[in-house]
Amino acid sequence: MTGETNLSQTTTAGSFSGAGLACRRGGRLVFTGLNFKLTAGGALVLRGPNGSGKTTLLRVMAGLTPSAAGTMSWNDKVIDDPDAHARNLRLITHLDAIKPALTVSENLSFWMTLWNKPDDQRLQKALQAFDLSRLASYPARLLSAGQRHRLALARLLVAPAPLWLLDEPGNALDTASRDALARAILAHRAAGGMVIVASHEATFVSDGETLDLGLFTPKTVVHWSDDESVEAAE
Amino acid sequence: MSVFSALLARDLRLALRQSADSLTVVAFFAIATVLFPFGVGPEANILARISGGVLWVTALLAALLSLDRVFTVDYEDGTLDQLVLSGAPLPLVVIAKVLAHWLTTGLALIIVSPLLAITLHLPMEGYAPLLLALFLGTPTVSLIGAVGAALVLGTRRGGVLLALLVLPLYIPVLIFGTAAVESAVTGISSDGPLLVLGGLAVLALTLCPWATSAALRQAVE
Repeated sequence: MTGETNLSQTTTAGSFSGAGLACRRGGRLVFTGLNFKLTAGGALVLRGPNGSGKTTLLRVMAGLTPSAAGTMSWNDKVIDDPDAHARNLRLITHLDAIKPALTVSENLSFWMTLWNKPDDQRLQKALQAFDLSRLASYPARLLSAGQRHRLALARLLVAPAPLWLLDEPGNALDTASRDALARAILAHRAAGGMVIVASHEATFVSDGETLDLGLFTPKTVVHWSDDESVEAAE
Repeated sequence: MSVFSALLARDLRLALRQSADSLTVVAFFAIATVLFPFGVGPEANILARISGGVLWVTALLAALLSLDRVFTVDYEDGTLDQLVLSGAPLPLVVIAKVLAHWLTTGLALIIVSPLLAITLHLPMEGYAPLLLALFLGTPTVSLIGAVGAALVLGTRRGGVLLALLVLPLYIPVLIFGTAAVESAVTGISSDGPLLVLGGLAVLALTLCPWATSAALRQAVE
């Protein structure tokens, strides 16, 4: 039904893993010694109290924020080219990257052209999956918070990528939209895709592994300057 | 290349839908220039003497007014994160954005500049060199401005900081832009200054997109 769009086109991914990851923000060590491994069709749920680094970890996984220590691997090969890694993933955060002056379908088709190639059928299916079809020609500035978020999520379906990184994807969504997202995730995983979700709710990924970031928070507040290594701080 | 054209088309469409932004820049250029005859007095020969310099200075300030927007909106709404993650070479993304900026502001300034030159009594021989100089100089202005705009992302009062960062770098463009107009007016060939402006544009095109990319990567960390 709705998720079939990406069934055929998801690139098969082997695995995505990280070893000994550490990250600091503003001199503070957010987490350290963090390991994870995800295989095709797998899902990982990031949990932890506010400020435990869920969003930061997602940005590290996306290659936006450099990790202070540790390595990440894609198909057991260490990731050294951030641009190549970026092509394998989609990141959805609370910043929805929506231009209010463009219509709903213009917003979506821009990202589609950027990542893939224009394909009207696929665009319509993505709009349909998140119940946006009747809003397609409306300027995005008229959308409610929930509708904007649905539009952001529809980006997942316009161009295939094996790894989805979702930051609190349930925020501002109604029950029907949550179900739509859960279906999209299920279809994505069935096609061999991987999903990493930072969420307090378990609804989207029922059978995924859980990574509690609270466990990796340093017990004592550690400050160190740039020239000291993380190993020393640990 | 699809990234380049998609981004350029989107930015131009946005500029068209929000045309007030570009019009503000042109209006600022016009008003700032028209202030000079009031301040200096209506004597044609004095105005003619300073017209090239006045037009260049006001054009630079007008361009500066618009630079603030080049990356700020994309940074604040998360588009920049997605553009960095597009997997396309970031300098290419930067060139597309700068080209869109130049088409919507630099080109607009060039188009209205002959009208404003009339109010400053620019001698007839000065028009062609003025347009050529603006045509060669404003891309450099956009390119250098992009570096500054990317560097001040995420800072408070970035607009003022941007002016402090970027205006000193505009001095070479200003010197040779004005020289092109003045040498034509005094009857000397303006080829020299124009060639230097062209050289500056090539230099800016080869350096600025990479510097801007580095600043953008820093900003999305």
